[in-house]
Amino acid sequence: MAENLKFRNPAMAQNIASKIKNLASQTEKTKICHVCGTHEWTITHFGLRGLLPENVEVIAGPGCPVCIVPAAEIDEAVQIAQMGIVVTCFGDVLRVPGSKMSLLDAKAAGADVRIVYAVSDAVEMAKNEPQKQFVFFAVGFETTAPSTALEALGKPPRNFSFLVSHRLIPPAMELLLGVGDLQIDGFIAPGHVSAIIGLKPYELFPRVYRMPTVVAGFEPIDVLMSVYMIVKQHVEGKPRLENEYPRVVKPEGNLRALEMMRKAFTVTGGNWRGIGRLPDSALQLKESLADYDARLKYGVHVEQGKDILLGCECHLVIIGKIKPAQCPMFLTACTPEKPVGACMVSNEGTCRVWAKNVAVQS
Amino acid sequence: MDINGTKANVDFGQGVLREVNVSLVEAKVGEYVLVHAGYAITVIEEKEAKETLSLWNSILETSPE
Repeated sequence: MAENLKFRNPAMAQNIASKIKNLASQTEKTKICHVCGTHEWTITHFGLRGLLPENVEVIAGPGCPVCIVPAAEIDEAVQIAQMGIVVTCFGDVLRVPGSKMSLLDAKAAGADVRIVYAVSDAVEMAKNEPQKQFVFFAVGFETTAPSTALEALGKPPRNFSFLVSHRLIPPAMELLLGVGDLQIDGFIAPGHVSAIIGLKPYELFPRVYRMPTVVAGFEPIDVLMSVYMIVKQHVEGKPRLENEYPRVVKPEGNLRALEMMRKAFTVTGGNWRGIGRLPDSALQLKESLADYDARLKYGVHVEQGKDILLGCECHLVIIGKIKPAQCPMFLTACTPEKPVGACMVSNEGTCRVWAKNVAVQS
Repeated sequence: MDINGTKANVDFGQGVLREVNVSLVEAKVGEYVLVHAGYAITVIEEKEAKETLSLWNSILETSPE
C-alpha cells in the first residue's frame, strides 16, 4: 500500500512536531506514558524523542508482556520441562530469567523446550507426537490471550495443556496513576491490545483520573499524532478518550475474541515482575477447562520467585521511573547478548530497544 | 489469498506467505488483516486508513497555532 509510506512521511512528521512545540509552549510540561513495547520501538527506532520539545516527555510503562512475567511462573515452566514434558513457547520467552534458570538454560541441560510461532503450531506438534506430553506456556496481553482461548475451547488433544500467564493492560495503567512521583499527564494506549478490548476499558482514565488518553497505532506519524492530541487535551484542560487508530481499532473491539476470552478464562489477581500483585490483572482457565490447566495437571505451583537480581533496575525501568541508561548495568554487565534483567531479553523490552537503537538515542 | 475453514493463506509482502488462523475475524479474500502470533485479530479497513490520512491533513492545516 502506498499509504504505508504516508504514515512515515518526514515532512508530515516535522509539521506535527512543530505544532506540538507551539502547543506545548502554553504549558509547563507534558509527561506522556505509553504501555506498549512496540510503541517504544517506534519511538526509539525513528528517534521521535529528538523531534519533541524539551517539555514534552514520553516514557515507557509496563508494555512488554515477556518482561512482566514473574520469575515464579518461569520457574513453573522450567519445572514442567524438567519433568520430561515438552514445553512450547514464543521465542522471546526462552531467555527470560527464572529464579535459578531460564527455559533456555533448561533446554541446554537437556529438556525439550521448543519455540513456536503460534499456539496452533504447538497443538499440531502434540497431535503429531501422541506419545509425548506437551505444554504451551501462554504469555502475553490481550493480543495473544484470544488465541490461547480459541485453542483451549477447541478440544485440544489429551496430551496437551496450557501454563497460562496472560496479563491485562488496563489494571497496569491504573497502577501507574498511583505511583505518586511519576506524575503522568496523559496515556498513549496500545493499538493492538485495543483492537481486541475496544475503547470502553479506557473510559475511566479521563473520567475518574482526568487523564488524556489516546489509542494509537505504530507508525511514526501515528505516535506523533497521538502526542499532539494528548498535548492539546492537556493544554485545553479537557481530558477525553480519543482513537487515533480507527483503521484497526473499532470502539467495541473484537467481539468474537472477547467472547472466546470470556468463555475460556476467569479474571484473577496476578503478580507482575518488578511491580507486585495487581488485582484483576491476570487470566486463568475456567474450571470447565481444568483438564487443560498444566498447573493442576502436573501439580506445579511456585508462590514466589526471585524477580530482580542484585544491581538490576528492571523494576524501575518497567514502570518508567528511570531510563535504561540510568541503570548502572545497562550495556556493561547487561547486554542483549548476555541479558541480566527481563527488560533486556525481549525485543519489546525497554532496555533491549534502547540497546539496539543506541545510536539513534545519543 | 485463500481461505479454507479457519485457516487462510496470508501474503505478508516481500514474498512471505504463511497460514494464519482467521477464526477470530470475518475476513474475505483480498482484505488486509492484522496478524498477531499466527492469528488474525482484526481486519484493516483501507477506507479508514485513507480517511485517517485526510483527517490528519485537515487537523494539521486548520489547527490554530
